Amino acid sequence: MSETTVNEAAAAAPAPKPKRPKAKSMIMMGEQTAAMFENARLAKEKGEPVGWSASIFPQEIAETLGLNVLYPENHAAGIAARHQADPFLQECEGELGYSNDLCAYAKVNLAYAAVLNGESEIELPDGGKMVKPDFLLLTNNICNQLTKWYENLSKQMNIPIFFIDTCYNPYDYVTETRVRYVRAQIDQLIEDLCKFTGKKWDEERFQKIMKISQKNSYLWERANNLLDRKPSPLSGFELFNYMACMVCNRGKESTTAILQQLNDEIEEHIKNGTSTFPVEEKFRVSWDGIACWPYLSHNLRTLKKHGINMVASSYGKAWAIEYEDLDGMARAYCFASTNGDNATTMLDRRLEALKRFGCEGTIYHVNRSCKVMDCQMMEVQRQLSKLAGVPFTSFDGDQADYRNFSEAQFETRIQGLVEVMSQKKGVEADG
Amino acid sequence: MADLKKNIELLQEACRNPRAQMDRYLKEGKKIVGCFEPYTPEELVHASGMIPMGLFGGRADIQLAKSYLPPFACPVMQANMEYGLNGTYDGMSAVIIPALCDTLRCMTQNWRFGVKKIPMAPIVYPQNRKSPAALEYLISEYEQVLVILATVTGEMMKERCLQETIQVYNAHNAAMREFADLAADHLDIITPKVRHAVMKSAWFYEKGEHTQIIKEINEELKKLPVHEFTGRKVVLTGISCEPDEILDILEKNNIAVVADDLVQESQQYRTDTPSDGGGGLKRLAKQWMGRYGCSLIHEEGKPRGQMLIDMCREKKADGVISCMMKFCDPEEYDQPYFERDLRKAGYPCLAIEIDPLNTNYEQLLTRVQAFAELF
Repeated sequence: MSETTVNEAAAAAPAPKPKRPKAKSMIMMGEQTAAMFENARLAKEKGEPVGWSASIFPQEIAETLGLNVLYPENHAAGIAARHQADPFLQECEGELGYSNDLCAYAKVNLAYAAVLNGESEIELPDGGKMVKPDFLLLTNNICNQLTKWYENLSKQMNIPIFFIDTCYNPYDYVTETRVRYVRAQIDQLIEDLCKFTGKKWDEERFQKIMKISQKNSYLWERANNLLDRKPSPLSGFELFNYMACMVCNRGKESTTAILQQLNDEIEEHIKNGTSTFPVEEKFRVSWDGIACWPYLSHNLRTLKKHGINMVASSYGKAWAIEYEDLDGMARAYCFASTNGDNATTMLDRRLEALKRFGCEGTIYHVNRSCKVMDCQMMEVQRQLSKLAGVPFTSFDGDQADYRNFSEAQFETRIQGLVEVMSQKKGVEADG
Repeated sequence: MADLKKNIELLQEACRNPRAQMDRYLKEGKKIVGCFEPYTPEELVHASGMIPMGLFGGRADIQLAKSYLPPFACPVMQANMEYGLNGTYDGMSAVIIPALCDTLRCMTQNWRFGVKKIPMAPIVYPQNRKSPAALEYLISEYEQVLVILATVTGEMMKERCLQETIQVYNAHNAAMREFADLAADHLDIITPKVRHAVMKSAWFYEKGEHTQIIKEINEELKKLPVHEFTGRKVVLTGISCEPDEILDILEKNNIAVVADDLVQESQQYRTDTPSDGGGGLKRLAKQWMGRYGCSLIHEEGKPRGQMLIDMCREKKADGVISCMMKFCDPEEYDQPYFERDLRKAGYPCLAIEIDPLNTNYEQLLTRVQAFAELF
């Protein structure tokens, strides 16, 4: 009886909207990610060393040596986005004794590592595809927490850290002494990593990898920049889905293929006057901070309801790292991500983005996990809003801890931003 | 004994009213440079003929700083920002901010824009101390700080002055270490609160002057018979252990501090600047390379637990109190490891939250009581 009722109700309901077929570039992305984990598994099976790496480590080095490397930040984001973070967060703050104040990527990963290490017994939702590492590649150009997180991983699993200390830049340029210090560490790291893995450094291959990496940086930035068309050919949130290829596979030709395909697809939309943003683009905004992965679809739905397309994100471009030689590489990684984000550089980067992409507002993610962003964001908000004449709103969230977000607050804040943007639009239209 | 009491009272007063200390130096015609802690190269300020004064927050009513920092920022930084914005620090010629954690990184920028009247010199210490290039890099960071300090004094620092300053600081380190040792033999006089005041007061004095006072205290303590303390003895670890309410609770529960591993206290004094091996800047950089056992300095192997165990053994302590500065992520990463190591070695460890902005200590009282009954 009940089954009939359900069927009848289903028949009475409007037919579900057909799902847009997955873009070819997205399918390629899926294949690349699967290959990365599979290759790491196979390497482990063969007894070859596998590494875990900070997301803005100069991966060209590992790529040149043909090492299999996995990325905890990216992996933790995936777990959070699939709503699987809870047992890891509980384990980390419970059995493992960590404070809930810490970065949620670290918390998820430290608990995952504890399972791989036989210290915890929670079920791994992905069957343990993030295989246990034999070494760690660390840079602190995103934040200082990474240094501490990796210290702990190293102790926990008794494995070495290969560390490039990139030194925060309080100045608007990278001092030459920083370049020399970082460069010396890169040279030492190559030597040490060769010794540890038994691999040989191939300069010719390194040159090739650098070129691929540069090309990928160019294509990534180009894809981002194509969103400056009005209306945008892409729903900006979709670019979050492609970040994995820049984080994990920046030096690979498969990434070139994916990004070329993505660029082609975007250009096709431009040519046809179409967009993947499913509703009329009424407002264009920039997004500041890491995505709120556990609520990505909620965030997108809320924005879509108001016709808001996120066309610019400082975060999405964090992996567009450009350089020509090893000194240049040292300088580029030293100024990458938040390491180069002193308040003036942060302002310059954002002001340029707001202008280029014609943004009418900014949404700041006050990411509870990320003090390095949050603790200077307020001053930047004020100055940027004044300089660009663009309103902003902020919301409390987290990159991976679902407990630090309120749907109601997000919706209210967006509603408020819409009101200010509409009012401003009206005034401007009236002349 | 009268001198001992007088000297202790003097140092306690400096902690109660650091502003009076600052005004005294200003009256003497000295310039003041505020030093965000820890590990700020005070020696550069001292050798430039100015007075370095430690900025370690306080019980500020946070109003203006709310426009710069979220509520989950370190309470010390919130207070420092508030004091910078509300004029408490007026009269300082500059501040130095070491970017040792993510919040301190951001503080360099908040200060730049929020407190424009007091210029800021940032310093970023190298964390990969295994790299030989770290030394040269750090020297260049010192030089950059010196350039900014020279804009305050109008003169370049002299090498001879730096050599003398290093001697002053090493002598101060030795006096403070001696005090810490003597204090453990006189726990009737050097209560947790007194010990803290003696240690903390160093931040508000020209170090040569402070050394003299400490030496007098040490001499007086040496004259007294060793006190057989019958209560529980602990080692404190963390960033700091204040305000006094917390230390009163320890005393009330017959708990004494026989050693500390606090950034605000003994951690400053355990590593001397080498007496040879290059010019002053190079030797100062070598001091940084030799520092150890601190959450803000990268080391592999999580050695802090063993270090605390050794301290407990040496000082015959019964356990450790982990003074967890609220929202201090470097400390939060170390805590699970040293707690586990201590437990394994049979030393109980009580973790208490340190929030200098807090005014209610009822809950802490209950926890300390329970901890005291553990033994």
